[in-house]
Amino acid sequence: MSVMGNTTPPPMAEGKLSRREWLLSDRPASRTQAKLGRAYVSWRRFAENRLALIGLIIILALVLVAIFADLLAPYSPTIGDLANARLLAPAWDHWLGTDDQGRDILSRLIYGSRLTLYVVVLVAVIAAPIGLLVGTVSGYAGGWVDAVLMRITDIFLAFPKLVLALALVAALGPGIENAVIAIAITSWPPYARIARAETMQVRNSDYISAVRLMGASPIRIVLRHIMPLCMSSLIVRVTLDMAGIILTAAGLGFLGLGAQPPLPEWGAMIASGRRFILDQWWVAAAPGVAILLVSLGFNLLGDGLRDALDPRSAGQ
Amino acid sequence: MSVASDTQPAPRGRRARSLVKSLLSFLVVVVVTYLGLLAVTFFIGRVIPVDPVLAIVGDRAPANVVERTREELGFNEPLTTQFVIYVQKALSGDFGRSVLTTNPVMTDIKRVFPATIELATLGTILGAVLGIPLGVLAAVRRGGWLDQIVRIIGLVGYSVPIFWLGLLALLVFYARLQWVGGPGRIDVVYEYTFTPITGFYLLDAIIQRDWSAFNNILSHLALPSLLLGYFSLAYISRMTRSFMLNELSQEYIVAARAKGLSERRIVWRHALRNAAVPLVTVIALSYAGLLEGSVLTETVFAWPGLGLYITNSLQNADMNAVLGGTIVIGSVFIAINLLSDLLYRLLDPRTRAR
Repeated sequence: MSVMGNTTPPPMAEGKLSRREWLLSDRPASRTQAKLGRAYVSWRRFAENRLALIGLIIILALVLVAIFADLLAPYSPTIGDLANARLLAPAWDHWLGTDDQGRDILSRLIYGSRLTLYVVVLVAVIAAPIGLLVGTVSGYAGGWVDAVLMRITDIFLAFPKLVLALALVAALGPGIENAVIAIAITSWPPYARIARAETMQVRNSDYISAVRLMGASPIRIVLRHIMPLCMSSLIVRVTLDMAGIILTAAGLGFLGLGAQPPLPEWGAMIASGRRFILDQWWVAAAPGVAILLVSLGFNLLGDGLRDALDPRSAGQ
Repeated sequence: MSVASDTQPAPRGRRARSLVKSLLSFLVVVVVTYLGLLAVTFFIGRVIPVDPVLAIVGDRAPANVVERTREELGFNEPLTTQFVIYVQKALSGDFGRSVLTTNPVMTDIKRVFPATIELATLGTILGAVLGIPLGVLAAVRRGGWLDQIVRIIGLVGYSVPIFWLGLLALLVFYARLQWVGGPGRIDVVYEYTFTPITGFYLLDAIIQRDWSAFNNILSHLALPSLLLGYFSLAYISRMTRSFMLNELSQEYIVAARAKGLSERRIVWRHALRNAAVPLVTVIALSYAGLLEGSVLTETVFAWPGLGLYITNSLQNADMNAVLGGTIVIGSVFIAINLLSDLLYRLLDPRTRAR
């Protein structure tokens, strides 16, 4: 990452540095200054991209809604008013109407954000480390270890993700945890590929040889010196994959294999609204808009992160 | 090593040997990948369930039936022997019987698969025919309004749940506007007059010159194939744009301009032809993706294809049918993946030297 040199403006005034100049200095005095400076440059490039900012705002909103669901939701997400409030059209009382159980759809969407976030975070936490470990070990070790690990990765990469997730959930039984496991098992291979490519690039560099000469064990080299370098491209890829994860989870929910009723999972909500699509279309429409918005947010954010952190592929 | 063979042509013997070698390694990849697929489905079907026999015969089956099935299916053997038997059976197309339809799973799949192929093929054709020109134009006028549109199409295509879009499309174009046929492949009226021959209904109607059935089939196909076409379009146009941007920045384009070739010729003849090689891979991958995406689309449109077969079997805990369908879709998926890889190597002279 030698982006610092290109973007640093010539020093304007001698003497006291402004905060911006301190950040952009091409002779950082400390490690912290260099780190902050690099973060600042990345942030500047990210913030120039208006669409990426919109994506960031959408995702921040999702997180806030999920945290404060109890305060934001006007009604209970699971207990509805069966007597008086079945399948109401959107109105002042119920902004997005009610479903067939008399439950407020807006409240269900608000609580559903927790499930969406739960799935996304859990899949990322399971799949990314697996991919990182397989990729870095394979890239650093080389030889037969590399051949075997990459063969396994290729096998998983060649599988149809959704169908495999379906079969897995069919065997494990429906439920949100099993959906997470199924999605995670099918989504780590691209991360392994990326981590391996990054590892191959740095593994013969001088600083790795230096660390090796100082007596660092392979485990330490991989953990402390190679993995951190793979992080930025991995984060970009994981963010870009989030939309796909959300869509797969919603698809499983739609087929009745994800979160089980009465959990307000967005895909399952579309499935239950399907029966009333002809007359009460808002029951199925509203959760779809929520899924679309959040996936869009992750896609925009991922695109922006890629352009900011990886200038090589910018604009493609 | 590749540099040397680039500059001076290798002797014929060595080239033939390297071709044989790469073909052999390709074969190894094919075999290993298929074995991997079978191992995973074996694992899903036999190892994860507490008692796979109960999963097949159902938990209300009498004890002697359970015991007999266990014996017949070889479940008393060690796992490795079971796996060998499993692979042998799968290779001969024997996935067991479906509990739901009582047919052998393979017979069922043969019956439903043409519907899925028909839909995915039409979707891919739509996506490629519209997506490639769109992507090329977006790359030529980078930053222009068409480029923005392609960007939006791509973003929405990557973000929208396909089943939801399908439901809304059914609501608007079938229920409200009545422009197209509804769920299913053909109206009930035709059930008795129309006889499927190949299973590809459009072809069947043409063979029988049954034009009223043809129109009806087309109106049923319109929505799901346009929907799949849209997703294919989103992917293909985005990739075309990025390949074309890459080609247009190459030096041979500058040379062609200096030679005085027309811009149109440069873009459509020179740049696109070079971008075409990776595009073949992209189209193949998008086709494979549509085959897989059929699971959700077919559920929404009640399209009697493999996807609907799998989901119906899922809901009835019909594990043989689910795994059989998974193996078939997985096999086609892998085959397309590997074939596109092979095609890429054959079409692109740069990869041949290696």
